[in-house]
Amino acid sequence: MSTVNSSRFDSAIGWSARPDAWVSKGIRFLFSALAVILFCGPLLVIFSGAFDHNPDPTKLSVIPANPSLINFQVAAENQIWHYLMNSLIIAGGALLLQLSVSVFAAYALARKKFRGQAIALLVILATMMLPEEVIAIPLSLVIGDLPLVHVSLKGTLLGVILPLGAWGFSIFVMTEFMKEIPNELEEAAKVDGAGELRLFAQIILPLCKPALGVIAVFGFNMIWEQYLLPLIVAADPSDYTLTVALLALRSDDMVGTGIVLAGALLALVPSLVVYLSLQKSFLRGITTGAIKG
Amino acid sequence: MTAVRSLGDTRDVGSTASGGGAVETHPVRRRRRRRLTGATYVPWLFLLPAALIFLVFKFIPMAEGIRLSLFEVRPFLGDIFVGFKNYATILQDEKFLTASWHTLVLAGGQTVGAMVIGFFLALLLEGHTKSLWFVRSAVFLPVVAATAVIGEIWRLFFYPAPEGFLNELISWVGLGPWEYIHSTDTSLVSVMFVGIWKHAPYDMVLILAGLAGIDRQQYEAAAIDGASTPQRIWNVTLPALRPVITILLTLAAIRGLRVFTEVYVLTGGGPAGSTDVWMTRVYTTAFEQSEAGLASAGSVLLFLVTLILTVSVQWYRRRREAR
Repeated sequence: MSTVNSSRFDSAIGWSARPDAWVSKGIRFLFSALAVILFCGPLLVIFSGAFDHNPDPTKLSVIPANPSLINFQVAAENQIWHYLMNSLIIAGGALLLQLSVSVFAAYALARKKFRGQAIALLVILATMMLPEEVIAIPLSLVIGDLPLVHVSLKGTLLGVILPLGAWGFSIFVMTEFMKEIPNELEEAAKVDGAGELRLFAQIILPLCKPALGVIAVFGFNMIWEQYLLPLIVAADPSDYTLTVALLALRSDDMVGTGIVLAGALLALVPSLVVYLSLQKSFLRGITTGAIKG
Repeated sequence: MTAVRSLGDTRDVGSTASGGGAVETHPVRRRRRRRLTGATYVPWLFLLPAALIFLVFKFIPMAEGIRLSLFEVRPFLGDIFVGFKNYATILQDEKFLTASWHTLVLAGGQTVGAMVIGFFLALLLEGHTKSLWFVRSAVFLPVVAATAVIGEIWRLFFYPAPEGFLNELISWVGLGPWEYIHSTDTSLVSVMFVGIWKHAPYDMVLILAGLAGIDRQQYEAAAIDGASTPQRIWNVTLPALRPVITILLTLAAIRGLRVFTEVYVLTGGGPAGSTDVWMTRVYTTAFEQSEAGLASAGSVLLFLVTLILTVSVQWYRRRREAR
């Protein structure tokens, strides 16, 4: 009796609990299909539209009526590969920096006990409570004239990369994960005479691979999502990232809106690749991240 | 954290008393402990890169923003200290007041809309089968796509002519044609709709995590008591989801208040300012009207509102937990 009941309520609705499970299955299938169409359809239109030669701005296709690569050719004449390159360099550079900064900081916070630790944690928490939009205006001034060294990063990719180099969220996720690693391993290595850096690189870091996946996929997403930052750092339109450049590529005399669809496709594919290849990390990160935050 | 502090304290006592005889009797133990704790500067070395980046790109801009908000900024001429005049100007500015109203409506609508849709999606897609996992992954895609990409594609969908993509679709069920983001009456709702579409699957994932944590025996007990499905959802599921809903509300409200990209890409604040939100107004003030002082005051105000919101939700949660 009890086994039957517990399987009945495998979900809140109790999908399999219906006396007429056949009908409920049908309803569920129908609504699921509707959900997929509603949430994926618009992205699918980007795919088909990008490969469709169709100068009429009112028409969007689900299946290309006139398959062609002309949208990409016109987009290429409008520097689309240059914008994509900007985006990829920023994503690669900022992600690498963000990952290293996070594991270094997390190592100190999780594996060391020192004076001022509570304050360090509090400061990082404070950065997470500070919306990036709030500091955008003064940040554009700071980037134009870095404190002490008085170098301007305006119009450089570094001006976008460096501010993204440290992210409180990644540091916290990493710290929580590193805390779980048992002390015995570290102590054994210390007895063997391992130095601080070797301890970090050979004992702790290899154990952190799952958490690295989480912060990598979140970091990429956060960097790829950046809009205001590249917009304010840019000195002229050639410094734009691909997502910002879409605004300038909205329409073309020959291919109409096809040009923006080609650009949108190129901006969409990296996100999809990263998400689909690290999906488990992503979903795990959302739940842990939100509960910690 | 208490463990951290007590360990630090014992070591301090040891080092200050190092001249006394008591410690000298355990030289081996002392040396071992020092080796395990390491030099005190080592943790700070590991924290240095993060600290440097946060200082230069977060805290200095924040301080600079607060300073600028008190000045009339005049490039090349020198800034003039004006006290709180910028704040007064903004709080009396017609456009900023309209923008703050739009921001609240947009944030509220998107938060509630995304949560309701996310809740129904979660109910629909809860389960362990492979096909459900596939549907969930597919539905989640709008969350990972960049906001700018989503804005561009919806802008095309919203083409106002009767032949426009969305207008053609809704004409099948006898609706439309509507003007969406091109009319002052429907523009804000259209922007809200796109936000709900992007954020609902995110809420779904968190609600699914909450659903997974509910004790199945409670459902069973409710069913034995003769509760119908809606009654069970209302009396068992929703109360159990309360912590998740609180988290979602906070996250979404803060995200909603600072909304920029969606609006900037979809409408740029138009038509006729009908979708102007706080951040687009700040952006226009800073970069199109070159009023960095006013814009900074606007940023600081936004920061204060988010801060008050976060702190009061935290406070409310603490108080609930304490009870």
